[in-house]
Amino acid sequence: MIGLQHYLVVSAMLFVLSLAGIVVNRRNLILMLMCIELMLLAVNFNFIAFSRYLGDETGQVFVFFILTVAAAEAAIGLAILVVLFRNRRSIAVQELNTLKG
Amino acid sequence: MYDYYLAIVLAPLAAAIIAGLAGQKIGRAGAHWVTIIGVGVSCVLSMLVLYNMFWGGAQAENISVYTWAVTDGLRMEVGFLVDRLTALMMCVVTFVSLMVHIYTIGYMHDDPGYQRFFSFISLFTFSMLMLVMSNNFLQLFFGWEAVGLVSYLLIGFWYKRESAIFANLKAFLVNRVGDFGFILGISGVVMFTGSLDYATVFAGAEGIAAQNIEVISGTPWNAMTLVCILLFIGAMGKSAQAPLHVWLPDSMEGPTPISALIHAATMVTAGIFMVARMSPLFELSTTALAVVIVIGSITAFFMGLLGIVQNDIKRVIAYSTLSQLGYMTVALGASAYSAAIFHLMTHAFFKALLFLAAGSVIIAMHHEQDIRKMGGVRKYMPITYWTALIGSLALIGFPGSSGFFSKDLLIEAVKESHWHGQGAVYWIAYLSVLLGVFVTALYSFRMFFLVFHGEERMDAETRSHLHETPAVVTVPLIMLAIPSAVIGWFTAGPVLFGNYFGDSIQVDSAHDVLAHLGDTLWHGSLGLVTHSVMTPIFWLAAAGAFTAWFLYLKRPDIPETIKNRLSGLYNLLDRKYYFDDLYIKGFAAGGRTIGQFLWQKGDQLVIDGMMVNGTARSVGRLAGMMRHIQTGYLYTYAFSMIIGLTMLLGWLIWLK
Repeated sequence: MIGLQHYLVVSAMLFVLSLAGIVVNRRNLILMLMCIELMLLAVNFNFIAFSRYLGDETGQVFVFFILTVAAAEAAIGLAILVVLFRNRRSIAVQELNTLKG
Repeated sequence: MYDYYLAIVLAPLAAAIIAGLAGQKIGRAGAHWVTIIGVGVSCVLSMLVLYNMFWGGAQAENISVYTWAVTDGLRMEVGFLVDRLTALMMCVVTFVSLMVHIYTIGYMHDDPGYQRFFSFISLFTFSMLMLVMSNNFLQLFFGWEAVGLVSYLLIGFWYKRESAIFANLKAFLVNRVGDFGFILGISGVVMFTGSLDYATVFAGAEGIAAQNIEVISGTPWNAMTLVCILLFIGAMGKSAQAPLHVWLPDSMEGPTPISALIHAATMVTAGIFMVARMSPLFELSTTALAVVIVIGSITAFFMGLLGIVQNDIKRVIAYSTLSQLGYMTVALGASAYSAAIFHLMTHAFFKALLFLAAGSVIIAMHHEQDIRKMGGVRKYMPITYWTALIGSLALIGFPGSSGFFSKDLLIEAVKESHWHGQGAVYWIAYLSVLLGVFVTALYSFRMFFLVFHGEERMDAETRSHLHETPAVVTVPLIMLAIPSAVIGWFTAGPVLFGNYFGDSIQVDSAHDVLAHLGDTLWHGSLGLVTHSVMTPIFWLAAAGAFTAWFLYLKRPDIPETIKNRLSGLYNLLDRKYYFDDLYIKGFAAGGRTIGQFLWQKGDQLVIDGMMVNGTARSVGRLAGMMRHIQTGYLYTYAFSMIIGLTMLLGWLIWLK
């Protein structure tokens, strides 16, 4: 029987993987965006698992919201990325340090 | 009479405004005509008021003209109290002012600030009238400050002269010290009686005297003593009593008509007038009267001594003014208020005369003021000579002159003031005024002989131009010489012994030295003149005049020898007892040092440096440290977010 904790474990693994993707990856900005998406999916996983477990549909409604927002966010993120590439001819993460104090 | 009073006050004000604001339009002649008419109207009406008081039997009037403000039961009003004291002062002020106005036409003939000058002296007349006619302390203070302001403006009339600007600032600052005491005194009056009105305050005088106040806790002072001494500090500033006298000699930087009007005849006597007006208060505090008499006698004697070593013709007369003001103050302290006011009146005439005569000589000498460069002027300027002689004789108290009656009776009154006890206070006062007579005669006739007699020490150029001054100068001299010579004859009796002042001056019967003199000494004017030969006063004056003649005409080499022998004493006098050095190097320089310290350390270092700029700088420095945390790499931010998240989760899970 697959219980709540299995779902949560998968979700946590997904979350940690995406986190590692952001922290460890130092080359590709697209990869970073994808990791953020993955992080959101891990959260969605949690929502659905708890929604089913508690018998409350509100969690699933939230998942829809998050998916919509994530889609919009991906679109904007990619657009920014394109503009960035046009300006700097590179999307390498370690070169993006103009915020350095 | 209400309209009269308003006209007396407002005519000079209107003239001052016209001459001041429309001076360019009405021209030089217009300016002097409008102001002379304004003051002339005041003078005639004042004399009418005095005439009504004296012969017409008019009663004192206390009129409220305008209520300026009422707060918390305290009424601030503009009003007139015209009694016999006021009427006398009004006449003196307007008459001398009128003479000075006429004289100024000659003295300021070539000055570019002609209209401005007339505007100022008319404004002065207005202020002084407001002061003497006031029926409450607030208006008194207004007049007090207004005459101080005009005095400031006129001392610095030649504002391009460094020394004039220094002198007017000095006068203003020293007067502030006095005014500080004065306003504290007024506050005290308001605190104890809740009123600014003279009548109410005088009615409640006993109530003040019955109270004690602890300014320093643990030592109760009589409230009346405190109030009176504070008021007298104001009088010390305005009437140039030691140690606040330093501004008066320097005020001679102003034009001579001003020295005559403001710094000899009228404004400086405001303090004397004020104390006489406050006689119902001062009578209730013998301590305050003792302070008054001691300050006055110090001024009378020691300032007179300074006159002996001065070489500037105007400064000699200025020190003489200080000394005579000291005499008046002594009379106030001896409760002989009438004698003080009487001396004030005669002094106004003869001192204005002396100043104007000095001014006449100065005009003729092409604005040379050093008496060492004069001499033998007598034969060139006969009218000036004779009027100056009358003025000098009146000043030293030559029997029969106006100064004789006032000064002789003043000294007799001081001699009788035994209620001060037989101790130091009495003897300081009596000996000062007595020896002061000798000093007065010495410096007066020293100046007189050096200017008008002896060899002619001026250069040939000046001598060739030397001639009598025009009529606008000599007529005021003659007009002032007449009262200087004769006014004592017929006024001494009624003013001093005939109860002329009535209720306007109140004297405790135990202090009433003049009443005592009236019984013992006074047998009419002629009697006093014949009696004078038997008094030390006459002989001291004669000795002073003789000494002056001997030292400066007969043996002019002796003063030089004395000067060399007694160089220590001479320096002490020449440096004016080091008062100026004390004030300028002590108080003024000390004040500047404290100011410098507060400016550099307090303002620049603490407020600007630490508070204002320091806040900005420390924020900047903190930010400078904080920015090194920023790497600019996204993964670092992400990592720090995770650490934050972990910590938050940890806190939620384990610590909650």
